[in-house]
Amino acid sequence: MSTEAKSDIDAEQFLTFELAGEAYGIEILKVQEIRGWEPIRKIPNTPAYLKGALNLRGSIVPIVDLRERFSMELVDYTPTTVVIVLSIRTETAENSVMGIVADAVSDVLDIDPNEIKASPNLGAKINTRYIRGMYVGKGNMVMLLDVDKLLNPDEFMDIAALPFNPEAK
Amino acid sequence: MSIDMAQFHQVFFEESFEGLDAMESGLLNLDMGDVNVDEINTIFRAAHSIKGGSGTFGFTAVSDFTHVMETLLDEMRDGRRSVTQPAVNVLLGSVDCLREMLRAIQDGVEVDRHSVDLHKAALDNELNHASSPALLETSLPPPVVEADGADGQISGWSIAFSPHLHLLKTGNEPVRMFRELASLGDLRVRADLQGVPDLYDLDPEECHLSWKLELEGDVPLNEIDEIFDWVEDDCDLAKQPVFAARDAYAEPLPDDWKAESDVQAPAAASVAALPTMESKQPKKEEPKAAAKGSSSIRVDTGKIDTLINMVGELVITQSMLSLIGEHFELSKLDQLKNGLSQLERHTRELQESVMNIRMMPISFVFSRFPRLAHDISSKLGKKIELKLVGEHTEVDKTVVELLSDPLVHLVRNSLDHGIEMPEARLAAGKPETGTVTLEAYHRGGNIVIEVTDDGKGLDKEKLRAKAVEKGLIEPDAVLTDKQTYELIFMPGFSTAEKLTDISGRGVGMDVVRRNIQALGGNIEIISTLGKGSTISIHLPLTLAILDGQSVAVGDETYIVPLGSIIESLNIKEDRLNRVVGKGETFLLRGQYLPIIRMHEIFKVVSARHTKLTEGLLVVVEGQGVRCGLFVDDLLGQQQVVIKSLEANYRRVEGVSGATILGDGSVALILDIPGLVRLANQ
Repeated sequence: MSTEAKSDIDAEQFLTFELAGEAYGIEILKVQEIRGWEPIRKIPNTPAYLKGALNLRGSIVPIVDLRERFSMELVDYTPTTVVIVLSIRTETAENSVMGIVADAVSDVLDIDPNEIKASPNLGAKINTRYIRGMYVGKGNMVMLLDVDKLLNPDEFMDIAALPFNPEAK
Repeated sequence: MSIDMAQFHQVFFEESFEGLDAMESGLLNLDMGDVNVDEINTIFRAAHSIKGGSGTFGFTAVSDFTHVMETLLDEMRDGRRSVTQPAVNVLLGSVDCLREMLRAIQDGVEVDRHSVDLHKAALDNELNHASSPALLETSLPPPVVEADGADGQISGWSIAFSPHLHLLKTGNEPVRMFRELASLGDLRVRADLQGVPDLYDLDPEECHLSWKLELEGDVPLNEIDEIFDWVEDDCDLAKQPVFAARDAYAEPLPDDWKAESDVQAPAAASVAALPTMESKQPKKEEPKAAAKGSSSIRVDTGKIDTLINMVGELVITQSMLSLIGEHFELSKLDQLKNGLSQLERHTRELQESVMNIRMMPISFVFSRFPRLAHDISSKLGKKIELKLVGEHTEVDKTVVELLSDPLVHLVRNSLDHGIEMPEARLAAGKPETGTVTLEAYHRGGNIVIEVTDDGKGLDKEKLRAKAVEKGLIEPDAVLTDKQTYELIFMPGFSTAEKLTDISGRGVGMDVVRRNIQALGGNIEIISTLGKGSTISIHLPLTLAILDGQSVAVGDETYIVPLGSIIESLNIKEDRLNRVVGKGETFLLRGQYLPIIRMHEIFKVVSARHTKLTEGLLVVVEGQGVRCGLFVDDLLGQQQVVIKSLEANYRRVEGVSGATILGDGSVALILDIPGLVRLANQ
């Protein structure tokens, strides 16, 4: 991993990872650890993108597949598939731990907050709430995610609370 | 050098509440008319610590109040006053009042002045009443004072204060005390440096100085005593009143004064350098978290020692294993196996002793009942003896906390409804004094708590009639004895003919049962008319570990709490019943059990069996509802450690938590009532 030689005092560090060829970034301070993919236990009656729960040294950590969350084409998990364990903060929980599945981690970037562009307005139909902004550096564009909003379990609830139909096969 | 006193408040409050509990139980143990010096001493000591502590922290309302109590107690101790029921009642009332005052201070709300004044007036009344000698200040013993007190014309005090070497280690600070003294009057201090050893021999944590203090002004002795309250046992103290003519220490030189303050600075600094030593009160104290709001727990030091030993052994095992791992050859395989089994044993022991820390004796709950029995029996005019058995039985802290309200309810019911009035008891040929027994003991992995009374027992006919009247059962319903008794747990059921303010509003027993069930336990009642009743509560020992049966559904493994499983069986086609659109039932001993197909309700696509006759039916019961869970297979029984799903996610219907299996994978623990709800949706 190479670190960009830009050490502004105000710069924020972002961990970037790949998802279907696109680069995404998350604040590095949110990252607790990065692990390889391993089979996990499904949690019943939860949205499909919640792949299940993982035993992380004794605590139960839910894992979200970002491809599925962003309605991208699904792929089989490979040896380079990683789980990024994040510590997130919501109104209800001071500190909860969640994992996201990504294709691969790529880099750590120092980004000056002033260089973060607002996410483009894609119209009312597309929800850009989970995007903190965009960063364009060295030819590629990085979408910076707001994981606190993205992984808020209460946001899942709306989907999980859909009426359960026992007749459905 | 200023210390934030607030950080010690929590400790003070905790100790004071403990002190109050001690006072309360001491007071209840007092035999009327007979002075048991030990008991009174215990009560007195508790009152004294509260007074001292509250004085230190500036809660003057509390210390003033306690002072009056102390005076009364002191007279009882010296035999100058007999121990009478009214006096004890007044003291008990004051204990309650003090507790409320302390709570109010702890919560930062205004103290209820009115009630404090009321109790104080009652105390004063008691004090001035009967055998009390005229002098109020009798709690302060030095004979010199009494003599001088008569003289009255004191122009000042000369105090020789020679602390013992360890004074500073007890967290006391002479400078602070002098400052306090100075606030009472004109103070001159002279330090005696003679005791100070050579620099090389000097231990900066020891106090080698002694002081001659001179306080001018007509200061009452008790105010001075209050300042030296905490150090009484750690110093030699001599107080001499000074009259108009001055004595030997009359004219301290200004230079001396200077020298004193110079010497004192390093002494004070040495205290500052040792923050952990500061402000420890001169009595044994276990280390505790002082953080406000966080709950703390008192742990027996023995338990901690065991824990430390265990960790030590674990470290040894670990180093042994890493040694084997460094240069591993196949010949060391036996060693490795040995080491691993040691590791396993140590880990298990360690786990057990850590769990043990959370265990506390049930006496924490039981201790409040003597008071309750005392109050209720005097209010109702009943004669009741309360027996506590097995108070040392240990239970998980959470259980202890959640158990206290339901138990209060049950004991109150026994006292109020169970035990008859003395006349009625005599008429029934029973001893005049009724007995209520509170017993706790372990049975299997459970703790059993029983409330037994030898009162009138439950009248089955009456219960039945009442239930019919309230429309809870059909008039022609056939009920077993057990079912009849269970009626009292139904909402809106009260058997008392008249409602008292103690119990009988009919909102009790169903709440009790719900609370006990929330703890994973159950409650039962056995009664004989005219002989009494026994209510027994069965609770799991700890809430963090659960006996579970693991079941397989496809690739998934779920844990069913063993306590809720009734039986597991194969499904026979001829016993199945399909109700159109309403699911399936299974006929078991005349009962139709609804079947919950686990693979459907949890949408497990990998399920091996979808035909009912191929899999297994686990018959479970949760909150009174029975049903059968259709699963692929039973795996095994094991104890599992409950982990919260909510910590990082949120509640999932039908799942009460998760656990980690031996292979490191996660398994979900089923919540039977939740599953039933889910199935009914």
